[in-house]
Amino acid sequence: MMTFTIAGRELRHLFLSPLAWCVLAVIQFIVAWMFLIQVDNFLKFAPSLAGMANAPGVTDAVAAPLFSTASVILLMVVPIMSMRLVSEERRSGTLSLLMSAPVSMTEIVLGKYLGLLIFLLVMLGLITLMPLSLMVGTHLDYGKLFSGVLGLGLLLGAFAAAGLFMSTLTKQPVVAAISSFGLLLLLWIISWAGSGDARFSPVFHYLSLLDHYGSLLRGTFNTADVIYYLLFIITFLVFSIRQLDAYRLQH
Amino acid sequence: MRLYGVGICFGGCHEQNGAVALSTQFSHVIYAMSNNDLLVKVENLYRYYDDHCAVQDLSFELRKGEILGFLGPNGAGKSTTMQMLSGNLAPSAGRILINGVDLLDEPKRAKSAIGYLPEQPPVYADLTVDEYLNYCARLNRVPRNKLSNARQDAKERCGLKEVGHRLIGNLSKGYQQRVGIAQAIIHSPAVVILDEPTVGLDPIQIREIRTLITELGKEHGVILSTHILPEVQTICSRVQIIHKGRLLYNDTLSGLTQRMQSTSLVLACRLAPEMKFINALPDVKSVETLDEHRLRITFIAHTNPAEAVAAEVVKRGWGLLELTPERKSLEQIFVDLTAADEAVPEEQAA
Repeated sequence: MMTFTIAGRELRHLFLSPLAWCVLAVIQFIVAWMFLIQVDNFLKFAPSLAGMANAPGVTDAVAAPLFSTASVILLMVVPIMSMRLVSEERRSGTLSLLMSAPVSMTEIVLGKYLGLLIFLLVMLGLITLMPLSLMVGTHLDYGKLFSGVLGLGLLLGAFAAAGLFMSTLTKQPVVAAISSFGLLLLLWIISWAGSGDARFSPVFHYLSLLDHYGSLLRGTFNTADVIYYLLFIITFLVFSIRQLDAYRLQH
Repeated sequence: MRLYGVGICFGGCHEQNGAVALSTQFSHVIYAMSNNDLLVKVENLYRYYDDHCAVQDLSFELRKGEILGFLGPNGAGKSTTMQMLSGNLAPSAGRILINGVDLLDEPKRAKSAIGYLPEQPPVYADLTVDEYLNYCARLNRVPRNKLSNARQDAKERCGLKEVGHRLIGNLSKGYQQRVGIAQAIIHSPAVVILDEPTVGLDPIQIREIRTLITELGKEHGVILSTHILPEVQTICSRVQIIHKGRLLYNDTLSGLTQRMQSTSLVLACRLAPEMKFINALPDVKSVETLDEHRLRITFIAHTNPAEAVAAEVVKRGWGLLELTPERKSLEQIFVDLTAADEAVPEEQAA
């Protein structure tokens, strides 16, 4: 109950400031540009694809690259949205309002997370509308599309959880943004390392945010990938709760 | 002719209006003392910041109907104590019971009985006063059907009726402070904790806030911290002086008033009074000239030479203009206490 109250307040705060609108507009514009390029490319190669056996369909050729690009852009944007979740409240002293209210740390963290997640899901919905619009002229592979949307949704959830945790670590929102961007980028490219070494390569591949996303984009729904993201989210949320609790112990 | 409190008024009845009223209120509290009235109980509270000990071995109680003033210089540990009481800071050792509920064991239940205003009012600049108070009421689990009543009531008590639709960020510091207080009382908690509530306000606002606090003290227990001494004298029923994290003094306001009695009189006459005649009077310790017409007479504690002095002046025909018992200001007591505290370790070192 309190979780929703706090989530509502977070959402309000986002939409009362120009930041949320600006981010939505910019993302929408950039992704739309990518979408048009993909559609254009597809139209150019469609005649030659028609002759091939097992040729990629429109969902593979347009939706998958689109989600892939969107994820890279959002890797940079989510830290900016998540940076002020806790750090700004610590800075302005409003955190004590939550701390002295009969609300548990878990409710505070979940509320803040949920608020941001709802915003990100709105953004995801707007992005999904683009490939969906191809419905008008062609047949879509809805299974693949759903798998891609699920992948991007889980990825955004993971970004937000990591960003929230970084925000509990510092009073400076910008420091929180940069460190969560660093963390996410590291986890993104971690599979690039150890590609030569057969012993470590599976570990790095398992840790990588990118690899699990890639298989979902290809339309392979693997429970392990979904569990990876859920574990990632839960881990960072638990860290955030612990961190907020520890905030009372030491300044 | 001005004749202040000669002879009669030496037994601790200087502050007729304030102190007596408050002390009767307090004795009423003593009679009614039961566990139900005990709102806050703090036992052996310690708080360390690394090696620095901000609060040490602090124990006190707050009962219903009391306004407890926490007095201390900057850095004395007032805010740390307030933060611990409100659950914003975990104590290094010790126990805090709010309404009989342990703040550390059952934080949610204990916190529902607390309203807290930190040094900086915890307001969101991008919300209107109404939106903000609604949010605070919901956070404090005010039922939905009582929400608007609670909000109206808090706004009325804090004088915010006119500004309900304005953005908090556009309000003046004084109004933001009031919004902060409204937030602390919106769920009518048993204990209201106010950290320096009158800082940054103009004199009229200060007076209004003090009236509000006095009113709050009737139904709730109020703890407030301040470094403004007259503030404590005006509104508190009990005073605690804290310095370097330790409790130096804990007494009712009437106790404090008694302590403020000094052992000197100021005498002013139309003609220049002669020191030797005054000095010869019984109980007089020393006489000091302030100016041509005024003397300060220091006398032995628990005696009262005022009557004899007046008789002497009349006998000599100096023309009595003024005979005033001097009182130690709260500042003086405060300085005495803190100075005495600082002297102790030095003696030990020597």
